[in-house]
Amino acid sequence: MRMLVVLFLAVAAVIPAAARAADPLVADLSKHLVAITTGFAGTDVLLFGAVDGEGEVVVVVRGPSKPEIVRRKDRQAGIWINSGSAQVEAAPSFYRVASTRPLAEIAPQAVLDRHQIGLDHLDLSIETHDSGADTATYRDALVRLKQKKGLYGEKVERIGFMSHRLFRTELHFPANVPVGTYLVEVYLMQDGDVVSAQTTPLVISKIGIGADVFDFAHQQAAAYGLIAIALAAAAGWLAAVAFKK
Amino acid sequence: MQIYLPIAEMSVNVFLILGLGGGVGFMSGLFGVGGGFLMTPLLIFLGIPPAVSVGTEAAQIVASSVSGVLAHWRRGNVDIKMGLILTAGGFVGSFGGVELFKWLRSQGQVDLVIALCYVVFLGIVGGLMFVESVQSLVKSKRAAESGGDRKKLHQHTWIHGLPFKVRFRRSKLYISAILPLGLGVLVGVLAAIMGVGGGFIMVPAMIYLLGMPTSVVVGTSLFQIIFVTANSTFLHATRNFTVDIVLALLLLLGGVVGAQVGAKMSVRLKGEQLRVLLAAIVLAVCVKLGVDLISTPAEMFTLGAGGKH
Repeated sequence: MRMLVVLFLAVAAVIPAAARAADPLVADLSKHLVAITTGFAGTDVLLFGAVDGEGEVVVVVRGPSKPEIVRRKDRQAGIWINSGSAQVEAAPSFYRVASTRPLAEIAPQAVLDRHQIGLDHLDLSIETHDSGADTATYRDALVRLKQKKGLYGEKVERIGFMSHRLFRTELHFPANVPVGTYLVEVYLMQDGDVVSAQTTPLVISKIGIGADVFDFAHQQAAAYGLIAIALAAAAGWLAAVAFKK
Repeated sequence: MQIYLPIAEMSVNVFLILGLGGGVGFMSGLFGVGGGFLMTPLLIFLGIPPAVSVGTEAAQIVASSVSGVLAHWRRGNVDIKMGLILTAGGFVGSFGGVELFKWLRSQGQVDLVIALCYVVFLGIVGGLMFVESVQSLVKSKRAAESGGDRKKLHQHTWIHGLPFKVRFRRSKLYISAILPLGLGVLVGVLAAIMGVGGGFIMVPAMIYLLGMPTSVVVGTSLFQIIFVTANSTFLHATRNFTVDIVLALLLLLGGVVGAQVGAKMSVRLKGEQLRVLLAAIVLAVCVKLGVDLISTPAEMFTLGAGGKH
């Protein structure tokens, strides 16, 4: 942690001068790889950077997009049955926004839509197969269910400014975070428009025994299955022998 | 203490899983049921994906059944011939059941069918057991008072007229092989769909349908469950990649210990008392699942992975 602070201060000292010359926005992450190990219980990644001149900073974290199915229950003959469904072509597996000010005060709807900043501005293509609920209802349900799992942010998080130039925010990733290559987008907004943007990849990957088990289970499924059975049988037999007396 | 499950792709509390394994393992040893009918719903309730719960639970039942059967084996309470015929049927049934499970999943109705199966079968089995065992408790009390006279081992019905008769010495039976074979298939299908060993259906079916003596029922049921759940573990691991070995090891660590304690306890309790107790638990799970089906859910929508399956 101390190293992070030193790093942060070093960047703070160097960036303003460099940024003035090249880019009005510079940002980086405290790490570019989140390793999911056996003891993984979620993690925080520090995002820090500096801006040149006035403006607001918005950070968007996106996980790899995946197709989803949302199903709706309805009462039929007294019991609740899945009666309708909607197919979402590609929804980000993870989505979080942080900002120095509320989004509505920073930029107009059209700009937020164009850059897909904020849950209301996500471009989700939803195909419903249900006469009982419309696309908007399914969209809300998808967002609500993802929020419940901690994969979509409940609200726009705060980014702290230091001396009007430096900013930092903690990006939280819960224990059930999907693996893949994430994109951390940092926007600098001035007068309601994006003046500068920077995208940094963040890799979330399984490392160590957990990763080995996962790979083995998928690549050598038959052997994995047999080992699972053998382990289970051996454990059962051992316990029976141990408890004989 | 949290541990990350590589296949379920989430982290869980180690002691919670150990305790869950121990509690369900205890029942497994006590009643001769795999415990899956309690464990699978509990795992899903904890947030483990249903497919992983079902696949992993199969591996865990293998362990607790091996552990449980050895105690019965030493006392000579396993009818191997009967067990092997049941297993042959079970293999056929579990292959069919896994195919049915896959089809239901693609239709988005697998949760409903699982819940309905639970309510129907737990309701029938639990209800019958409860009524019968209460009656026999009352009867044995009266018999003890009057001295009692020797009765028939079991009633003879049309079932005893079926062909391919086989003698089962351990079970003191001379019945058609079609009966245990058919029972094996039926339980195999249900086991694959419901993510259970099927003991809670097998045990009463052996007692009431086949007429086996209670003493060999538990051991023989565990014996056949080992092979049928080993088969479904293999199927889940190779076709769905849903067996989480870390979760299975944690569950069976608690489970095997619990099963041993349960098996010791079962010797001390009378058959009728055991059955009343099991019937009460089975009915409780049935009522809970039935209420969940009827009462208005807090969330009408559910999320299922798109694309595959």
